Order: sequence, then C-alpha cells, then structure tokens
Amino acid sequence: MKFSIYRYHSESTEQPYIQAYELADSEIDAGMMLLQALIKLKAQDESLSFRRSCQEGVCGSDAMNINGKNGLACVTRLADLKQPIQLRPLPGMPVIRDLIVDMQPFFKHYNDVKPWLITKDPEPEHEWKQSPEQRAKLDGLYECILCGACTASCPSSWWNPDRFLGPAALLQSARFIIDSRDQATDERLNQLDDAYKLYRCHTIMNCTQVCPKGLNPAKAISKLKHEMLKKKL
Amino acid sequence: MAFLNHSKVPVHRFDALIIGAGGAGLKAALQLANADLKVAVISKVFPTRSHTVAAQGGVNAALANVNDDNWHWHMFDTVKGSDYLGDQDAIEYMCRAAPQVVYELEHSGVPFSRLKNGKIYQRKFGGQSQNFGGGQAARTCAAADRTGHAILQTLYQQNLRKQTHFFTEYFAVDLFRNKSGQVLGALAFCIETGERIIIDARTTLLATGGVGQLFKTCTNALINTGDGIAMAMRAGIPAQDMEFFQFHPTGIAGKGMLISEAVRGEGGILINSEGERFMERYAPSAKDLASRDVVSRAVATEIQEGRGCGENKDHVWLNLDNVDPETVKKRLPGIRDLCLTFLGIDPAEEAIPVTPTAHYTMGGIPSNRHGQVIMPTQNHAESIVLGLYAAGECACVSVHGANRLGGNSLLDILVFGRAAANSMIEYLSENPYHKTIDAELIDQAIARLDRWDKPNNNVNRSINANDQEEPVYQNDNVALLRDELRKIMEDHCSVFRNESVLQEGIDKLEQLFKRINTVALHDHSKIFNTARVEALELENLAECAMATIVSALHRHESRGAHTRMDYPDRDDKNYLKHSLYFSSTDQPEYKAVKTQPITVDTFPPKERVY
Repeated sequence: MKFSIYRYHSESTEQPYIQAYELADSEIDAGMMLLQALIKLKAQDESLSFRRSCQEGVCGSDAMNINGKNGLACVTRLADLKQPIQLRPLPGMPVIRDLIVDMQPFFKHYNDVKPWLITKDPEPEHEWKQSPEQRAKLDGLYECILCGACTASCPSSWWNPDRFLGPAALLQSARFIIDSRDQATDERLNQLDDAYKLYRCHTIMNCTQVCPKGLNPAKAISKLKHEMLKKKL
Repeated sequence: MAFLNHSKVPVHRFDALIIGAGGAGLKAALQLANADLKVAVISKVFPTRSHTVAAQGGVNAALANVNDDNWHWHMFDTVKGSDYLGDQDAIEYMCRAAPQVVYELEHSGVPFSRLKNGKIYQRKFGGQSQNFGGGQAARTCAAADRTGHAILQTLYQQNLRKQTHFFTEYFAVDLFRNKSGQVLGALAFCIETGERIIIDARTTLLATGGVGQLFKTCTNALINTGDGIAMAMRAGIPAQDMEFFQFHPTGIAGKGMLISEAVRGEGGILINSEGERFMERYAPSAKDLASRDVVSRAVATEIQEGRGCGENKDHVWLNLDNVDPETVKKRLPGIRDLCLTFLGIDPAEEAIPVTPTAHYTMGGIPSNRHGQVIMPTQNHAESIVLGLYAAGECACVSVHGANRLGGNSLLDILVFGRAAANSMIEYLSENPYHKTIDAELIDQAIARLDRWDKPNNNVNRSINANDQEEPVYQNDNVALLRDELRKIMEDHCSVFRNESVLQEGIDKLEQLFKRINTVALHDHSKIFNTARVEALELENLAECAMATIVSALHRHESRGAHTRMDYPDRDDKNYLKHSLYFSSTDQPEYKAVKTQPITVDTFPPKERVY
C-alpha cells in the first residue's frame, strides 16, 4: 500500500516536502484503520510525527487531511482510500511538524465562547431539573471531540482565522445557549454580535460534511443566527 | 540559591503541580483553583484527549432516582466486588461522597441523560444490589454512553473558567524526592520545543492514569503507559497490588475497543456457540450483570472449553435482541457508532463479537483516603510521603481491591481528586515555603533524558556470535521492544495464570530489559519528537510490567481479577493483604487490608456469589 505524506521539520529542512512510504500487503489486515498503518510506518521511520491517543474516534487527537478531506485517521478504513493515500496536516492551521498542527488558535476561539455552564439562581441541593425533551436538544451538540476537522475545512476560517470563531467554537456556543439550565443566553448572544465572530459563516457546509462524529455545526450556527434575530425583533 | 540556575534549565514555581489532566487531575486542579492557589497542570496530551474521555457507561452514586438506594448498599457492593481486598475506610468515604460529587458535576454542566421527572438517569450495572446483596440496583448515572467524555470536557471547561495554568503537551520525566523523602516537584519537557523545565512545587499530585498498554490487546488509549506509577517507583516508592489487572468481559474481539457494561445494563446478554446464555450457570442471580472478574472468567472458560463462536472459536456473542432498537439509539449511541465503524454491524440487528480484554489497573501508587501517598518505613507501616499525592487510576487507595466495579472508576477520580486537593490545601497552609531541590536529583532526571540523545551505535557494531553474554540486537528499536513487551504480558500474565508461565514471563522480561537499556533513537531532534516520548513511555511500561508480573507470581491464591490455576481458591488466612513491589527488590512486601470502616461495621470476607 502506497502513501504520500507531507513532511516538515524546521530543524532540518526549510521547506516542506512530500515523502513516499510503502507498507507491504502482509502488514495490512482486513478492516485496518489508517492510524494503524501510520503506526507501522512510524516503526519504519521514527521521525514521522503525528498525534494519536484513543484509537477509536473519541479523543480527537488524530485529525488530518486524508486524500483531500479532513478526518480522523483512527476511524478511516484503509480499504476505502484511493492510493497513494495522500496525508497532509489540517489545512489553514500553522504546521509544527509533519502532520502536527498548532491548535492554539483553535482553542482560543473555543475559550472565547465561554464554554461552561453559567447559572445565576442559587444552586439546588440536588440536580437542576431538565426534562428528557430539553436534554434531547443537546444531542448533536455535546458530543464534539474538538478534533478541529470542521474549522480546518472552513474557507471562512481560513480567510479570517483571527476574527471568525469557526464552526467548532460556534457549535459549543450553541450547546450552552440551547441548554435549558444555562442562564446567560443574552450575554452569549451579545458577545457574538459583530460582523465576524458569527456572521462570517456563509453556509458553505464543509464543516458538516467532514465532521467525524456526524455532527452538524452548520445547523447549530443557523440556530444561533435565528436566536440572534429573535432577540433583535 | 544555586539550584535556580541549574544547567540553565528554567525553573517555574507553583504551590501545586498536577501531573495528568484526566478527570482526577482536572477535578483536583479545580478544587485548588477555587482555593486561590497557584496550580500548574502538566499533560502530555491536550486535556480533553485524556483517557477519561473514553469512559462510557457512567458514574456510580446512590442518588436513588430509579430505585431505593443508599451509600451503605453501594459500599457493600464495592467491598464484595473488591473480593474483600478493598480498604473499607476508603470505600465508605467514596460511597458517602458519591452523590455530592455527581450533583457538583451536574451543576457544572454535565449533560446527564434524564428521567421523565427531570432527574439524572441511572442505569443498571454489574455487581450492583439493593439491601446488601438483594435485587439488582440501578446506580450508574449516565450521559448516554459518553459519560467520561461529558465529564472530562465539563471539568476542563470549569478549569478554563478558573484560568488554571496548563502546561499542555509537556512530558513529566521524574519526581524530585530529596534525601528526607519529601517530594519537591518534577522535571518535564515541552514536547513541542524540546525545552526542559523544572517545576518547583510545594505539593505534587500524580494523576497519570493506568497502564493498559501493558497488554497487546487492550481497551486503553496509547497514552496509558503508567508514567506516574513508574515515576513513583523510580523515586523509591512501591507499587501496590499490581497483580490485579482488570480484564473487561466485553472488548471487541481481536480489536480491543471497549463495549460498555451499559449494553448488558440495558438488557444485552452473552451467548456461546451453542446459543446458550451461559452466565446463568456461573452467576444464577446476577447473570450477565455479575462482577467483571466473574464474567471475564466465565467468557474465557467458555472459549477454553470449545464453546467459543466464530471460525476460530475465540469469542462469544453479546446479543441485543431483547433491547428495543430505539433504546440502542438513545442510550447506546456511542456503542452503535463503534460497532458500525469497526465491525460494520448495527448492534440492534447483529450480535457483537466480544472477548475479555485488558482494561483497568486496580493497583498503583499506595495512597490513603486523603490522597496522600503512603509507604512503609522503619518506624511506621504507613508513613506519609510528604509533598506527594496520587489520585485516579494511577493510585491504589485501595477502593477497588482485587476487582473494580463498573461505574466506580469515574467515581474514584472525582472523589479522590477532590480529597487529594483538599489535603494539599491543608499541607500548603502549614508549609508556606519552598525547599531547595538537590542538584543531584535534577542531574539524575536530566541524565535519564540525555540517555536518549546518545547516538545509535548498534548499527556500527558487529554481532559476535560467540558472545552469549551480551548479544547486540542490531535491528532493535523502541516500537519493536514495545510490541514484544506487550506480547510477553499478554502471553504470560493474562486472565488465567500459573507459576511456570509467570516465571517464564519474568525471564523474558529480564532479557527485554537488557535490550531496552541498549536500544537507541535515530531521531534526536527537539521539535515535537514523538519518538523520544515513546522511548520514555517504554521505560515506564517496562517498570510497570515487572511490578505486575512479579506481584502475580508471589500471590499464591485466586482473588478477584488474579486467577491462579495452581492456587484456585481465595486464601484469606495468608493473602488478605496488599502487596507492595519495590523496583529495587524482586520479592514483594505486604501490608494489612484496612477492614475497619469509618463509622459502620466491617463487612467480613464471605464467599462471593452473584
């Protein structure tokens, strides 16, 4: 199986380059995921660098650009990929080394939306009550694993990385605005109310197309816009 | 103050250093931040990548939202589940604290699933009973089957709110423990830049998680390499009860992904090749929801006796025929995803092939219910290691004893993360000044790092076939040695153990140690050198492997997860005690189990029937 992998290492090369790798068929099992192949390639060449942890699509470490589409290496089947398999770091993010990008700007936007529950009433002795219907509204929002695949696929994020919050952060914003327990909806909406943070989303929908968890950030963003409109009327 | 400029390694000073940003570390960080202390959290991965994220089923607390329940019943179940090796004071403390920590989490925003009345949803889990061994209880508070993910993200978010200082993608190398036994911080390096730093801290909490990577097939993340346990051992602290390693009954066969006990809690059953619900034979009343050690042994026995399923008869089926497909979608969406992704099946329609899979480290750094690290000294069986704390899977409090109950690990990290932080707060108020770190300690830790920067000489050395003493392994590399280590542990220290197989494993490990001592890296670069991280992790794995297998060899009984074919019975007369493995010796020491709870009567050892 053939691979074509983006390499960049500022200590030894000035420019990034593409390196060809190959794995013998005998090393590949049926149903094997891309991450397992990368681990085997790293055993051949220990300088090849990428992030990984859970190997089952829940920790969000190994997002990368796979044959042109962002996804998680650990839940991408080798058999489904056209060869040579082209691996690049997530686009639109500064590259640290090989497939590893600097996620700090991404997490700054996450932090910007105050991703924590804000309540003002005195806390009850037991739990805040929430009906199953109210709780169901969080489905599709709370499952985000912060892998960055969506934001790194969004042309608006590429164009305005500093000022547009991007789909992942906006999904989080929606997660708290929609939570029946949260009591800071107005503040949250006010904070989003400028020309860039929210409104640079032009419903290109790349985010929804690439999300490895099957979430729909575009829908969450449209919900935010709707809430904003309701507030203004 | 010469140490401040030692080797030009920059020094950062904090009141508290927390190593590990999973649930235990983040809970402790939050507690310390609430006390306005200066806290540093070191994590080798971004905090939300920590393995807590993978916990599925839920967290136990006797909230009594679904049925009558109270902490005392929970305590009984935990003591029985531990096969009476758990310390009953710590278990009482944990079960009493459970409802409060769950409500705290809910108030912080965890999106728990809900009952019709708006309260937190609780599901049935293994080993849970009402009224001290009566009917099945539903005690596990769940956010669908993504409870760990929901809890980890919420704790991280609360730490963002408190502006906790994170050293993200930093690797902790070694503790500084001075001659008087006090811990004064740690050496770490930044993975992104390679820069080394000294963290000079008045208190240090190890919250580094377990060591599931010991085994070839495991449910654990690649980061679970026992770093904290190995750091403690290198600092002269023993590892406790390492022979007790939990094999989860339902990992996806051959692959290892965890299939939560929640599947059985929602009504799934285990079936052998004859279509028999075999758990009825092994646990007539609890059946598929018996304790994990019991179910794992049953599955392994079925496979061993030829009633395994599939072409190689190497697994059993987990069948969800009895479960409403809507329940699968609503309560087990993550499991459904895993099955679709890794098996290409919908568990509502087809059975899941499962087999016992290495899952959880019951053993670890000996600690007490206050999160303090304790060890025997000449004067005292349980001396406190000043300045050092441990919480979560890397610690051995011991609340899980010989076998952990499902749903008690998320509880453990929350309760003892908080308890450790509270002890640290108290200690800090009484010990306001930093102490000098011996330069020698810093040198030692740096030497361990420098060792991996030495050039790879093996390729230039010729193999001398006559030299039996010191063979040179020309093609050795870290990845190869790691794979061999995990194979040795899987072959020699698995569900069923005996003297000769364990001894053979030890011999093989000793050989492997020699090779680890000579293997070198090719890549000595500074920027994001993950090869260096993996080499350091291999050293940590190796120390934990030896602790596990040696402790297993010397425990001549079967208790909880430790099953000796040559000693099939539990032996309370000789082995109702914790083992303590020191890396400097090859014979474990032992200490008594604390059978006295804080306020209630002892649960004396009884035969365990489910």
